Amino acid sequence: MTRPHCLLVLGETELVLDASGALWWPAEKTLVVADLHFEKGSAYARSGQFLPPYDTRATIRRLEVLLVRFRAERVIALGDSFHDGGAGERLDEEECAALSMLTRCTEFTWIEGNHDPEPPAWLGGRILPEMMIGTLMFRHIPGEPGIMGEVAGHLHPAVRVSRGGVSVRRRCFVSDGRRLLLPAFGAYTGGLDVRDEAVTALFSRGHSVYALGKERAYLVKAVAA
Amino acid sequence: MNALAEPHTALPEPFARWFAARGWSPRAHQLALVEHAARGEAVLLVAPTGGGKTLAGFLPTLIALASAPKRRTRALHTLYISPLKALAIDVARNLETPIAEMSLDIRVETRTGDTPASRRQRQRYAPPDILLTTPEQLTLLLAHRLAPQMFEHLRTVVLDELHAIHNSKRGDLLALTLARLTTLAPNHRRVGLSATVADPVPLQRYLVPQPEQGEALCALVRGAGGAIPEISLIASEDYVPWAGHLARHAMLDVMAAIKQAKTSLVFVNTRRQAELTFQDLWRINDDNLAIALHHGSLAPEQRRKVEAAMAAGRLRAVVCTSTLDLGIDWGAVDNVICIGAPKGAARLVQRIGRANHRLDEPSRAWLVPANRFEVLECEAAREAVIAGELDGERLKTGSLDVLAQHVLGMACAAPFAEDDLYREVLSASPYHGLPREEFARVVDFVATGGYALKRYDRYAKLRKTKEGLWRLAHPKLAQAYRLNAGTIVEDPMIDIRLQSKGRPIGAGGRSLGQMEEYFIEQLLPGDTFVFAGEVLAFQGIHEDAAYVSRSPDKEAEVPSYNGGKFPLSTFLARRVREMVSNPASWHLLPDPVQEWLRIQEWRSTIPQPGQLLVETFPRAKRFYMVCYPFEGRLAHQTLGMLVTRRLERLHLQPTGFCANEYALAVWGRRDLSGLNLGQLFDEDMLGDDLDAWLAESNLFKRTFRNCAVIAGLIERRMPGKEKTGRQVTFSTDLIYDVLREHEPDHILLRATYQDAATGLLDVARLGDMLKRVKTRIIARHLDRVSPLAVPALLEISREMVAGEAHEELLRETEDALIADAMRVDG
Repeated sequence: MTRPHCLLVLGETELVLDASGALWWPAEKTLVVADLHFEKGSAYARSGQFLPPYDTRATIRRLEVLLVRFRAERVIALGDSFHDGGAGERLDEEECAALSMLTRCTEFTWIEGNHDPEPPAWLGGRILPEMMIGTLMFRHIPGEPGIMGEVAGHLHPAVRVSRGGVSVRRRCFVSDGRRLLLPAFGAYTGGLDVRDEAVTALFSRGHSVYALGKERAYLVKAVAA
Repeated sequence: MNALAEPHTALPEPFARWFAARGWSPRAHQLALVEHAARGEAVLLVAPTGGGKTLAGFLPTLIALASAPKRRTRALHTLYISPLKALAIDVARNLETPIAEMSLDIRVETRTGDTPASRRQRQRYAPPDILLTTPEQLTLLLAHRLAPQMFEHLRTVVLDELHAIHNSKRGDLLALTLARLTTLAPNHRRVGLSATVADPVPLQRYLVPQPEQGEALCALVRGAGGAIPEISLIASEDYVPWAGHLARHAMLDVMAAIKQAKTSLVFVNTRRQAELTFQDLWRINDDNLAIALHHGSLAPEQRRKVEAAMAAGRLRAVVCTSTLDLGIDWGAVDNVICIGAPKGAARLVQRIGRANHRLDEPSRAWLVPANRFEVLECEAAREAVIAGELDGERLKTGSLDVLAQHVLGMACAAPFAEDDLYREVLSASPYHGLPREEFARVVDFVATGGYALKRYDRYAKLRKTKEGLWRLAHPKLAQAYRLNAGTIVEDPMIDIRLQSKGRPIGAGGRSLGQMEEYFIEQLLPGDTFVFAGEVLAFQGIHEDAAYVSRSPDKEAEVPSYNGGKFPLSTFLARRVREMVSNPASWHLLPDPVQEWLRIQEWRSTIPQPGQLLVETFPRAKRFYMVCYPFEGRLAHQTLGMLVTRRLERLHLQPTGFCANEYALAVWGRRDLSGLNLGQLFDEDMLGDDLDAWLAESNLFKRTFRNCAVIAGLIERRMPGKEKTGRQVTFSTDLIYDVLREHEPDHILLRATYQDAATGLLDVARLGDMLKRVKTRIIARHLDRVSPLAVPALLEISREMVAGEAHEELLRETEDALIADAMRVDG
């Protein structure tokens, strides 16, 4: 039995929290992903750690699948899309072509992150420090508490769920109905425990945690203020 | 074999005089080792503890150095390798006695991780005559450009406790370093010292360079056997638990055994078991006997303190894990108590040998089975030890991740020719037969990652010189190598710090030791658990440490026990099967166990040794199928996964399974009787299903992490910044997923598969079992649960089929949360 999508109302906007870690805004046909960290793997090669050089194509492929599934018309990447300033030059032709394709077939917006203040110049799509659509504000680093309708990334939240002696750790969405934190989408991106002060300090009125499963996201935790 | 009754050699002076002055006469095996040395032969000495084994190993060296003409400069003559640093230090101390008493001009030094940098530096330029060290330190010495000078005059290598190390990744690395030593000092000979083993041939092979064709073995000397130990079971005639591993019911008897003896070692199988047993003993320690705790996660200072108190004879008992299986001699120990099943006869012998290190007196030991099956296992082990039979072990082949680390190490020492290094590697017995292409792939992996997508050429660690030699691309890589060398990869651990209640988390706090991170992560503030012998309340995590305070509670809320760590040995399993199948031997067992087996015989049946009994019965709306292979938990878990996959395909809707050391239980929503069991348990199940499941399993991911760290794909430490275990675990799972999807035949996945299939999952053992029981499966369709099935049903399996079970877990958590929120009863 598959359950319906995991829905979240942010302010007055109805959003879908997808199992992939992406956010889908049906009314605006907009797909939002955070912290892609392209070429994180190759960034380690300089220090002699040869991680499998397939993380960028793995991330791009997952993104392509989502675009087709949702028939998205607009994509917002919430910053830290490239792991570092040199990441753009380390992409190979195939990966560059795939990325250009993505940015040409949708209205693509790159929000600036702290890892990639300047995404590569050849890249299609708009580059913005932050972006407002309707009542929602999209930015990389979450701002002061109390802001209504903010969608942010940056923190890579993850949660550990334990039950009956078994425990799993998953990336997660975190929200209090006013602000929403997205999990990192990149193939090699790790996670910060949601109990960390960096996360809890953002939600003065309590918050809910939605862990990513295989089929959908699940509400696994409701933390009171 | 050991009967060199009349020694052919007499000891030269001053050694003969020294032995006489101490009132000793040299033992036959000590003289035999001197003879082999005179002929320049490598030799393996197999002898029980207490036989003067270590002195035997060093005697030829001392004689040679004593009779050598006055030397102007010293050169390293003998290298001694011990798996334990404490043992190396202890042996060095013991060597000082004969050297001082005979006024020999011999310098002995140790080299461990604790040796000051200045002395380590000096040891390279001006080595002592005898250097005592660990395999890891030797690895580092050989990866240095000065290695040829340091080892060129080496004559002897003594390998202590060889049985404990040769068949492991540590043993693989040691074998590779020995092969390098042969290149640097072709005339040195090796002496292996080993406890009694079932089959010495693998060790004899390990000690000498292997020729390209065929095999070479070193000589073998056996020491005289010790007195047969006195082993008794502590098992009540009134009550024997059905399941569990803690033996709490027997603690009064354990305490009585401690009181009777001078000093006892109380062995348990896991660290958590050690904690709980320690607590249980103190709860009934009315006489306030000095009972201490020792296990690998306690802070090193704390462990040293316990060891020192033990050496000084200030303790009556130490509750310990395998951390004290090997190690320095404590003369005072006269009693060994093993709680839980011994899992193998050799392990039991090793543990019993820790008591009373005198050959002529029998050691005394108590076995404390924690449940009914363990009674059988303990009794089988007791009989095996008394009969002098030991379990053999399956030999592993050399691991590729270890080889990758070694290749980088050799490049750190000097540029190498691929063909030369390949020949050298082949001469190490674990790598004998390694295909040339496989070696080339390992070198390619070290150089640029070994990926089909050649992305890292410009960052290469190894580059070819004009002469075609592989050289290190940059000297700073040698520094990184040194920080990552070694084959021991710990579970991600987190520091436990004790602070007084009410202080802000992270403010000060004494370190109590380390615990597995996964355990700490499931705690909520206020939860209590047992560690370092105390009930502690979890306060929170701050940076890289967990902060706790003392709790007034007597019992911890969060049970932290998880199953046995060691698998039941094949040998012992066979003996248990034989005992069960033979009612004439049951009179040796306590009454409740006899009754249990007799009712089983009447209600169902008792399988014969070659048979596999499969029972089916309904119980509480479920249908069960329980089988009893007695092959250990790992093999049963693998079997459980394969059988449930088959049942799924037959649309029988299995919903779960659980495995213990002796049995496997599978259950589902539909009746499982009337199946073709021959087909269900056919060995062809070890094909595609196995591979598919393996790749998804947590065990496999953990293995991948180990391989990735050892092979150098992931650094365990960076100069200047410590990478914590938590970052390492998370990212290796991601790396694994990406690698598996994009390059499934990468060399590191091959290395992982080799490890997981041969060692961790007991696949070979499962295969042997399926072959053995072919056409000999007996089915019993019962109307209710059988006596033999009860322990299996009481066991809770921790590692279920990962994918679906984890999704279910998330689903249930959500449902529970929603149900809670929607409740309207106030």
